[in-house]
Amino acid sequence: MNRVEQRFAQLKEQGNKGLVVYIGAGDPDLEATRSLALELDKAGADVLELGIPFSDPLADGLVNQLAAQRGIDSGTTPGKVLDTVREIRKDSQIPIVFFVYYNLLHRYGLKAFIQDSAQAGVDGILILDLPPEESGDYSQTMQAHGLCPIFLIAPTTPSERMASILKHGRGFVYYVSREGVTGMQSQVSSNLDSMTQMIRDHTSLPIAIGFGISNPEQARQVAEAGDAIVVGSAVVNQIAQLGKDPSMVSTVASFVQSLSQAIKPTSSQ
Amino acid sequence: MESPVNHLNTLDWNQPDAQGHFGPFGGRYVPETLMHPLKELEDEYFRAQTDPAFQDELSYYLKEFVGRPTPLYFAERLTRELGGAKIYLKREDLLHTGAHKINNSMGQILLAKRMGKRRIIAETGAGQHGVATATVAAMFGMECVIYMGEVDCQRQALNVFRMKMLGAEVRPVTAGQRTLKEAVNEAMRDWVTHVRDTHYILGTAYGAHPYPLMVRNFQRVIGDEARAQILEKESKLPDLLVACVGGGSNSIGLFYPFLKDPSVRMLGVEAGGEGIEPERHAARFQGGSLGVLQGTRSYILQDDHGQIQLTHSVSAGLDYAAVGPEHAWLKDQGRVDYGYATDEKALEAFMGLARLEGIIPALESSHAVAAVMEKAPSMSSDQIIIVNLSGRGDKDVQQVATRLNMQMPH
Repeated sequence: MNRVEQRFAQLKEQGNKGLVVYIGAGDPDLEATRSLALELDKAGADVLELGIPFSDPLADGLVNQLAAQRGIDSGTTPGKVLDTVREIRKDSQIPIVFFVYYNLLHRYGLKAFIQDSAQAGVDGILILDLPPEESGDYSQTMQAHGLCPIFLIAPTTPSERMASILKHGRGFVYYVSREGVTGMQSQVSSNLDSMTQMIRDHTSLPIAIGFGISNPEQARQVAEAGDAIVVGSAVVNQIAQLGKDPSMVSTVASFVQSLSQAIKPTSSQ
Repeated sequence: MESPVNHLNTLDWNQPDAQGHFGPFGGRYVPETLMHPLKELEDEYFRAQTDPAFQDELSYYLKEFVGRPTPLYFAERLTRELGGAKIYLKREDLLHTGAHKINNSMGQILLAKRMGKRRIIAETGAGQHGVATATVAAMFGMECVIYMGEVDCQRQALNVFRMKMLGAEVRPVTAGQRTLKEAVNEAMRDWVTHVRDTHYILGTAYGAHPYPLMVRNFQRVIGDEARAQILEKESKLPDLLVACVGGGSNSIGLFYPFLKDPSVRMLGVEAGGEGIEPERHAARFQGGSLGVLQGTRSYILQDDHGQIQLTHSVSAGLDYAAVGPEHAWLKDQGRVDYGYATDEKALEAFMGLARLEGIIPALESSHAVAAVMEKAPSMSSDQIIIVNLSGRGDKDVQQVATRLNMQMPH
């Protein structure tokens, strides 16, 4: 079991829900990414999802698009993000999952990237635009290197397709709770329970629900339907507003702590 | 001329495969939300393709509304001026709305109607695909949103007004370099958000399966007509086909029906911009490499880390970082040659065709004409070139006049 699987096993044992926090790597720079990882670990994030910035993030809303642009502008490359993970691993064992567009890994060499990720201390990879149909032996290669291939399920995914996706997944499954791009929403989706039930019919993997969660109250509501929640744009938005301000990391960390407390009633914190 | 292709008999023409792959190119690389809708689109398209009622309806509108067939016109003065091969122009510029784009928009909106969609979205570069789509949406009473890069809105302002007059909403895209690639990103974001009631009329032979296949099949009418017309006029096949290649829809439309004719050579012409230097052109087969962008695997212009590079072309319709996957395959098979024309050569061809033939071509098509001007003189007078005049140049008049410093008469 790698860190992601261990963490979800632990959460299950405690009867707790998990908190997956997304940030864009290199926003505003990779040193900030390292500090954020360490502080978010302490603040109660269970999994750190690191977006590797891409020039054409077509599944992302404006908040994450701008973060990717800042990441590229600060000189962030897939290789440098791997270096940053190595730095984080000196001080923290927070489970780390990459959230990435396929072209970056295609260019790097998919196999080489998986090897280097395993060596750097990454635990999982979610490739937004690489469906199982196109992924060849990606899942097997990932597992051979002890990494979790994480796949998306969408509201448009029919039941029979879920089965074929989920047999490739490890660690957790990411349920995209609404049709659309990443971004904050004022209301949570209405049919969460029926969709998560359908997913559970096909898998025993934990379900992380994301896309649109922006405050502790929504976090609490969504967490009831799944095993974990993913918060992205709401966090990235705070990073955008504070940028290189010295208070950025602590402000983001206390926001994450408020989300963590909202979904973990049995927490000892 | 190089020797004719000699391995055609051994080529597997059954492209794409069931998953939309043209050899190692193509496929379906999209976020999960779009996977099932694309499958539904594919299934419906294949049903429509074999449904005589659909084919009859499409033929009716292509003839009565779009203006097909288009003439295959012998360009006598251009031929004489260049002093080599006989040059025929396939006059897609004469179609309603002014370019080949409407062949595909008409086919796709009939499909959208069959699927019960009520809303249409599209991306556009030069605005020709946007105008064609706004036109068919108006015709069938559907809501229509067009995404267009802010830079393209400025350089093709006439088409922005046309789309608005046709009742479409034009949304300028301000991300990145504000041209066609960003418009595609934004259209895909819209589609992912409204996929249940919206059909995305992608304008070129690009993107996730089934788009490259479907767009090619809606555009092959160009080549089918040209083949019959040249056989009637000359009683033989042409020696060379020439067309410009942005995403690659007009060129694949012309080339496809001739692919199995070994004596017919083909030349796709990309945008050479200001020359083949990084970020100064859009010639994917010159400076590009294999990658995955906007749903498909093909040649793309990218840096060492996989970030998509900036592009440049005087022509908004060719100013794009990737090329359709079937072209990538045809290039690798050696079936089609790909060259480029610079901005300067395209402008010369634009003016040349206007003065010699009384036809103002689109800047996109001017790239193909430029290549003909280069090739024809070294060919013999019993050889034949067909060049696809994919669009007319009305939309480019302002831009060219500014560039050439033309003054208004006092």
